[in-house]
Amino acid sequence: MSGPNEPLLEVRDLAVQFFTYQGTVRALEGVSLSVARGEIMGLVGETGCGKSVLARSVLRLIADPPGKITAGAIRFKGRDLLTLSRREMRRIRGNEISMIFQEPMSSLNPVFTVGSQMLEVVALHQAVGREEGRRICVEMLRQVKMPDAEQVLAKYPHELSGGMRQRVMIAMELSCRPDLLLADEPTTALDVTVQAQVLAILEGLTRQRGVAVLFISHDLGVIAQLCDRVAVMYAGGIIETAPAGAIFAAPRHPYTRGLLHAIPRIAARQESLAVIPGSVPSLVDPPPGCRFHPRCAERFFPCDRVVPPFYEPAPGHRVACHLHAGEEGRRSWERS
Amino acid sequence: MGAVVEAQNLIKHFPIRSGFLGRRVAYLKAVDGVSFSVERGETLGLVGESGCGKTTVGHLVLNLLTPDRGSVRFKGVDVRHLRGKALRALRRNIQVVFQDPHSSLDPRMLVKKTVGAPLAVNRLARGAELVQRVKAMLAEVGLNEEHVYRYPHEFSGGQRQRIGIARALITGPEFVVFDEPTSALDVSVQAQILNLVKELQRRHGYAYLFISHDLGVVKHMSHRIAVMYLGIIVETAASDSLFAAPLHPYTRALMNALPEPDPARRTMRALLAGDVPSPVHLPPGCRFHPRCPEVQGICTQRAPELREVKPGHRAACHLYR
Repeated sequence: MSGPNEPLLEVRDLAVQFFTYQGTVRALEGVSLSVARGEIMGLVGETGCGKSVLARSVLRLIADPPGKITAGAIRFKGRDLLTLSRREMRRIRGNEISMIFQEPMSSLNPVFTVGSQMLEVVALHQAVGREEGRRICVEMLRQVKMPDAEQVLAKYPHELSGGMRQRVMIAMELSCRPDLLLADEPTTALDVTVQAQVLAILEGLTRQRGVAVLFISHDLGVIAQLCDRVAVMYAGGIIETAPAGAIFAAPRHPYTRGLLHAIPRIAARQESLAVIPGSVPSLVDPPPGCRFHPRCAERFFPCDRVVPPFYEPAPGHRVACHLHAGEEGRRSWERS
Repeated sequence: MGAVVEAQNLIKHFPIRSGFLGRRVAYLKAVDGVSFSVERGETLGLVGESGCGKTTVGHLVLNLLTPDRGSVRFKGVDVRHLRGKALRALRRNIQVVFQDPHSSLDPRMLVKKTVGAPLAVNRLARGAELVQRVKAMLAEVGLNEEHVYRYPHEFSGGQRQRIGIARALITGPEFVVFDEPTSALDVSVQAQILNLVKELQRRHGYAYLFISHDLGVVKHMSHRIAVMYLGIIVETAASDSLFAAPLHPYTRALMNALPEPDPARRTMRALLAGDVPSPVHLPPGCRFHPRCPEVQGICTQRAPELREVKPGHRAACHLYR
């Protein structure tokens, strides 16, 4: 069973493939990640790096076919989610792990009022009557600082703005008191001033209730402002994991460094932006060795041959790059 | 030096029609009195949140929409009165790069035809000469000569945006509008495109109107910046001056809402409550007053004018009277 020091969620050596007409897409390979209780873990990467696939795999929402989880384990509170029956998995979804998506309009049903959709969720997970359910809904909406909470219940999703819809989603997802919230780019579709409001609400409520969050974003700024730890993904794998302070102050992987230097910042003066040459490789036929090596300015002889293992240059800071190999690593390249 | 492009008091209201007879029931006040000018070799950044009217301003300047009132002058000539040959010459000199490199290129056209189209339409080149000029243009935006005989789907997003830039610049325009050119791109690719756009300006002295919702991007690209809110410019200044000391409460809120990639400084603060009001039913007085943290009595009654607070730094706010 789960001990006190065991992470809430632990993904180990996960591999996910999609079988398409263009060939087998190796969307995730050898992905390991952990989220502690009450922690906000950031998962950052560019389009197509596999961050959403990872989140969906945790809830076993990968469409099969064409997708398949081909290897690995996902341990949640000591149980391997990949071995559970469909029924057991359904009890986990929503109750213990819930998820918020990027576009709240597609997560809400356009033909039912917000109130009826929220009541459905409340009734499904808690044994309460109609009146009590309604009271809970209003209370939930108040907690996400929704103005006119009572009136909002009678409205349809299209009558709300993007920011209000996302608040409704947060209220619904947290109503079941999950231990883990998967948030997949929840503020990407919003304007910055509204994004700041929604993130403040999300952070406040999850910290207050001790809900762990796996926060997925392509925006390093949002990740920096919100997360305790960060994992950086590139082309289907995690390449660096560290506490947020360490990863932004002293990034170790050339890709992480490149990303940070490519952002135009308002606090600094940059004549021209640092550039990562080329573009993201195809996952049907990914480069051998380190998947980043064709774009890496610091590549050397093992990079195009040997997949780099994780090295730990500082406590809690793990990086998959040959630059950080010690003597032992060097010997292993000579063998291969 | 005179301005390449000058917009004066642009107004564009879109009618909202309803019912069987299509009566005009209201107006969406997309642009409600916007003035600015752009000089040779200069970039004016236009920044604001979705729905603030920045794209409509771009379309008005491009002469793709006709303003209800106000004028756009290109090198001193009011573009509204141009016809025939003179209008075609104007279109050669004013070009645009759109946001989405996937939908702004015809999927069934070879790169040669897409990039060469402005030359062909304006009868500037044909045959072997056209191909030569397309190749030279592709080289200038960082693509290869052999890309001439490829289709858009064979390129990545960043490469497609380079094609869009090549198409805009091939006629040698004096003024280019960039409408969110990197919003659909990842940061690593965005940096490539932004550097390219800047470098091309340094080389050729184009005047740019750079439209974006991203303050960081606008700061990086622009010499001067205009901040838009609900159809008007609320603050305009040289880039350095704006970021050193923003005057308008909206500009300040926008800057504070920006998540800086630095966990040591938790800068992101939600200073504003609520959403942007509808541009159909504008609030009376200052249109920012319902969300303004520094609202006073006068704000609900009178709309502030855009006036110079410091040399070259103008704001539309009653705080500076």
